[in-house]
Amino acid sequence: MLYVAVAAGSFRRYATYRAATAAGVATNTVFGFIIAYTYLALWDQRPHLGGYGPAQALTFVWAGQALLAVAMIATGGLDELQDRIRSGDVAVDLYRPADLQLWWLAADLGRAGLQLIGRGVVPMAVGALTFPLALPGNPLTWAWFLLSALLGVIVSFALRYLVALSAFWLLDSSGLAMISGLSCMFFSGMVLPLRVFPGGLADLAQLLPWAALLQVPADVLIGARTGRALLGGLAFQAAWAVALLALGRLVQSAATRKVVVHGG
Amino acid sequence: MASTRPGWDDDGADGRLRAVGHALFAFGLIAWMWVRSTLAYRTSFVLMTFGNFAASGLDFVAILLMFSRVDALGGFTLPEVAFLYGTCSLALGLADLLVGNVERLGARIRDGTLDTLLLRPVPVYVQIAADRFALRRLGRTTQGLLVLLWSVGRLDVEWTAGRVLMVPLMAVCGAVIFGAVYTVGAAFQFWAQDAAELQNSLTYGGNALLQYPPTVFARDLVRGVTFIVPLAFVNWLPALWLLGRPYPLGLPVWTAFLGPAVAALMAAGAALAWRHGVRAYRSTGS
Repeated sequence: MLYVAVAAGSFRRYATYRAATAAGVATNTVFGFIIAYTYLALWDQRPHLGGYGPAQALTFVWAGQALLAVAMIATGGLDELQDRIRSGDVAVDLYRPADLQLWWLAADLGRAGLQLIGRGVVPMAVGALTFPLALPGNPLTWAWFLLSALLGVIVSFALRYLVALSAFWLLDSSGLAMISGLSCMFFSGMVLPLRVFPGGLADLAQLLPWAALLQVPADVLIGARTGRALLGGLAFQAAWAVALLALGRLVQSAATRKVVVHGG
Repeated sequence: MASTRPGWDDDGADGRLRAVGHALFAFGLIAWMWVRSTLAYRTSFVLMTFGNFAASGLDFVAILLMFSRVDALGGFTLPEVAFLYGTCSLALGLADLLVGNVERLGARIRDGTLDTLLLRPVPVYVQIAADRFALRRLGRTTQGLLVLLWSVGRLDVEWTAGRVLMVPLMAVCGAVIFGAVYTVGAAFQFWAQDAAELQNSLTYGGNALLQYPPTVFARDLVRGVTFIVPLAFVNWLPALWLLGRPYPLGLPVWTAFLGPAVAALMAAGAALAWRHGVRAYRSTGS
């Protein structure tokens, strides 16, 4: 099928950036070490902070470093699509017998798949070798984690697609992308697990879409979500994915009505 | 090419001084050109500066959130951690503003535009450092400075002349040390063009490390950033002296004042690495 081919092509494309992948792995690993030690100091003072034990907190750190590139947590937009909108090349894309949103979603899933293998596995393995992590022994939990991470990537894509489409109106959406990326860093749990946030902020942050990117998958991995809470978490992610993708379609149809292609 | 550089042919200190002056003047000119070009898009500039300010502020928000749950981290209070945070943010912010753009070298090599820079009668390093000079990076510098000023007002130390002088000295030496890391990272891109992200682990990673007290980290990590990549001289050693705290490795007190020497050594090393990189560069040609 067409979209599978797009995803496979994107997977292969990112597989060729070997030096960049290696550099990314090194950076994620260094950050993993630094954050792990600060969390150890924090949980040393408050052993049950946020309902996590120290081993669970450490696992959260390394899950975050493994998913940072996969779910593009620090990135607010889709640079390539934004460039194509600004330059007008998007007109060619709209002529293609493929849906714009599905095309870019497929490409993003291919990228995420490669980066899960290329940039996710090594930091997690290094973390597991150097710190006492609370990794699940049950293969089924790993499967739930992968499903949850996949839903997280879809929510992440849906948000970045909306930011990219804003280029139809703003032309330069890099400022919006930056602010969106910052919100994502903060409200995904990357800066600090959302359950550790003080009182009302913790409850609010866990209802926002960004929680689907890291907080929910990490909770699934470290066993903080089992049974009904696990299904609830996946449903939460799926609901945001559907809602944001639908919003993306609405904006897309408004944007394509707006496009005027010059020249003949 | 060499003969077109003013002062290159003259021997002696006078010629060298004139060459340095020429390089600084060229840096100023290129930077000013980029400032004028960014100010043409005022809304974007304001948004990006705010974003830069907020991006670096996010780390401090994390620290504030941590201290909403605990009174001390690794035995250090909030003003003390804020002092560490402010000093290293300011140092990194200055280095990032002045020479941070050298990390674009890999992209320049890939698209072949480095060759254009090699032909111009201005040192390549100056051109690369001033390339796309981004005033918005004042966001990080300002944010670090604000946190630093806030912490200075709250620290429980006696502000002798030595302590007061130590603060700007830390900012300058720290900026030189981070600048050297940026330069070595860029020089490495002469061989590995896609590895721009690698130096982030030392610049932004170093920043993430140095904003927490060394007591938080494993001994080996502290040893590594003291003796191998001496980032500890950006703020840990001088700041702990200023705060009257012992350094975990039990180094003698005078090591707190080695910042300028370490900065000078690292700058010299970076200059050598850069020169070696430029000499090894073979254009892709046409």
